[in-house]
Amino acid sequence: MYGKGILKGLSVTFMRFWNTYWQDAIWAWRRLTTGKKHYGSAEGIAHRSSKNARGIFTVQYPEEKLPVPEEFRYIPFLVFDEGAEGAKEIRCTSCGICAKVCPPQCIWIVRGTDPATGRPRPQPGDFFIDADICMNCGFCSEYCPFDAIKMDHDYEIASYTRNLYDMEKLLKPASYYEGIRPANAAREDEARRAKEAAKAAKAEAAAA
Amino acid sequence: MTAPASSLTIDLAARFPGAVSADVRPGYGGFIVPAEKLIEVATAIRDEFGYDLLSAVTGVDYIADNKMEVVYHAFKTTGGPAFVFKVQVPRENPVLPSVVNIWRGAEFQEREAWDLLGIKFEGHPDLRRILMWEGFEGHPLRKDWKEPFFEEEVKPFKSRWPDGKHTFAEVKNPFRDNLQFPADFDPEKVTFTDPEEALYKSLKKYHSETRDGIETDHILVNMGPQHPSTHGVFRAVVMLDGETVVSLKPVMGYLHRNHDKIGERNTFLQNMPYTDRLDYFCSMTNNFGYALAVEKLMNIQVPERADYIRVIMSELTRIQNHLIFLGMFLNDLGAMYTPALYAFEERELILDIFEEVAGARMMCNYFRFGGVARDMGEDALRKARELVFDRLPGKVDEMDRLLTENEVLVSRVKGIGYLSAEDAIRTSMTGPMLRASGVPYDIRRADPYSIYDRFDFNVACRPEGDLLARYMVRIDEMRESLKILGQALKQIPAGPIFPGKPQYQVKVPAGESYGRVESPKGELAYYVVSNGKPNPYRYHVRPSSFVNLTSLEQMCIGEKIADFVAILGGIDIVLGELDR
Repeated sequence: MYGKGILKGLSVTFMRFWNTYWQDAIWAWRRLTTGKKHYGSAEGIAHRSSKNARGIFTVQYPEEKLPVPEEFRYIPFLVFDEGAEGAKEIRCTSCGICAKVCPPQCIWIVRGTDPATGRPRPQPGDFFIDADICMNCGFCSEYCPFDAIKMDHDYEIASYTRNLYDMEKLLKPASYYEGIRPANAAREDEARRAKEAAKAAKAEAAAA
Repeated sequence: MTAPASSLTIDLAARFPGAVSADVRPGYGGFIVPAEKLIEVATAIRDEFGYDLLSAVTGVDYIADNKMEVVYHAFKTTGGPAFVFKVQVPRENPVLPSVVNIWRGAEFQEREAWDLLGIKFEGHPDLRRILMWEGFEGHPLRKDWKEPFFEEEVKPFKSRWPDGKHTFAEVKNPFRDNLQFPADFDPEKVTFTDPEEALYKSLKKYHSETRDGIETDHILVNMGPQHPSTHGVFRAVVMLDGETVVSLKPVMGYLHRNHDKIGERNTFLQNMPYTDRLDYFCSMTNNFGYALAVEKLMNIQVPERADYIRVIMSELTRIQNHLIFLGMFLNDLGAMYTPALYAFEERELILDIFEEVAGARMMCNYFRFGGVARDMGEDALRKARELVFDRLPGKVDEMDRLLTENEVLVSRVKGIGYLSAEDAIRTSMTGPMLRASGVPYDIRRADPYSIYDRFDFNVACRPEGDLLARYMVRIDEMRESLKILGQALKQIPAGPIFPGKPQYQVKVPAGESYGRVESPKGELAYYVVSNGKPNPYRYHVRPSSFVNLTSLEQMCIGEKIADFVAILGGIDIVLGELDR
């Protein structure tokens, strides 16, 4: 029968249409009984991006935002440990691996020098990332041996000017890093502690 | 994995004694054919030895030896490894005969070699620039050509560390100071000849004729570069007789950024995120091909779990690419947005997995030489299982129900854009395009890479050779991908995902390699030459969208202009890959 295929297709679109309103009804009931909302709530977004999603699946950005997974990567930042009295202990030693591995070559590092002696010291003198050129590949954080440069989660960086980030803009505390990537930070801390313990044991053995 | 890219089971040197010799450079394979014997040898390779599918034609500039080399990779559509043969010509006057009459699929790639390297192919029907514009000075892939904003031969640049005071590129290297003009070029006195003249001349001639007492003319129509049907900045120049296409030429390169040259400046690892940007729908399979090519050179073994993750990722990529294809193809046919948005919903769920595992939805940059960047966590595996076992099969069926039997769709695509099996092979079609013409050629089966030989799946194939067949092949292929995914997700073992410690500078022994994968759009291959340094000496991409356009004219001739839109949509091109 001519037109059967069209009707079959229309049944699919009708089911989608129906499901959208049916979902609304279900969520209205849920809201009454448990207080959970379909829009503007974490449960609602999780439901709309799960295998059970039915009907309309739009996320109402910017009122709603999809949660970013831990591994999500956007423009890098530099991690510092908070020392006594607010001192910033920058983890970066300005070894330059990130600048060498960077595919679009958007990282610029001035190696630090000791102002008293003029000798190089393991601290960046200056650090620039040209965020307009950065391609968010994550190589810098992947190959940094000191866990000093990490990829951020903040993706809303639109601006009227060029995004050239200097040290001041790039430095973020370790607590921020632990906040956005708890599992990674815990794993790295563990590895660092193990390394230090091994070093201490070795030094002890050498002293004995 | 360890076998060289070419098989030496056929001794071409014995067949042509005195003329053809084996390539004995360390790390290289195949045969070197003298330019004057090329046609004779190539005909024998096709007709006597059965290598009917010419995959890639690559030019390489060996500036130290003062030679240009053209490398041909030919395959049998019945399966098996590549047959590699090369022609070396002097660098000052690189001229060799064209093989277009033997394999028509060489047409665009020979034009590319002429455009980027200045190698002349005698007997080529239409040897014009293809990616750069007419009137461009020089051949950019030659080793002595330098781009504007040139800084150094290779990355990493010395200005970045240890004294990296940031300067903007245009301050350091003002744009006008670094342009190359022809020797006698004077911008004040120049008079332009129409650069399009050669293009229009390549079309069938305008001619007037009188029919039923009325004088009729052919019309020349430029579809694009800005046209909603062309999937980006792509242009087709069409000669029309009324509504019927008489002749057609694709014009491309509007998104050209010379990926190959950037690749030569980069280190091996730095190329990985750039491959994401080729076919931006399928970054995982792009990574896969490049990783395979370099792993062949490095001769390293990939751990079991990493191989499984690679297969899972590329099959998920295939499903989401085909979903997008269905949506966009229907969009081209005029079904605005409903199928496209249904497709996008499922794609979003797949991209969620990519984001969780690789860190980005589209530019995944996930593969490394020897493994993958990160392990696929339990949560991501659970999500993948839920999708593959509970959701996607039903959704593929739903798309099928929504569209396949629709009478409007069927009348629009059935019998349109016919391409016979012989023509498809001759024009080097690959992927769904070739399989829709009845040639069951799938690299996953024909020349298995990674661990594809372990899975049980069918090669989706339809004999009709029209648009409907191309559409159906994609639907079948999604079902087959789900089969593979189901097996991979059940079998995935625990274990390491990377051998040894990740290195940011990899040691790649000198030699050549050709890594190819069955990307959702066809054969995606990388030809990589290493000279032992940290940067590839030559890095060439054989993009499926680019070569698949060879048959566009043939499919369109005799069809209506409105069908051109559908036929182009049916090839499933992505401009990022096409223009590179």
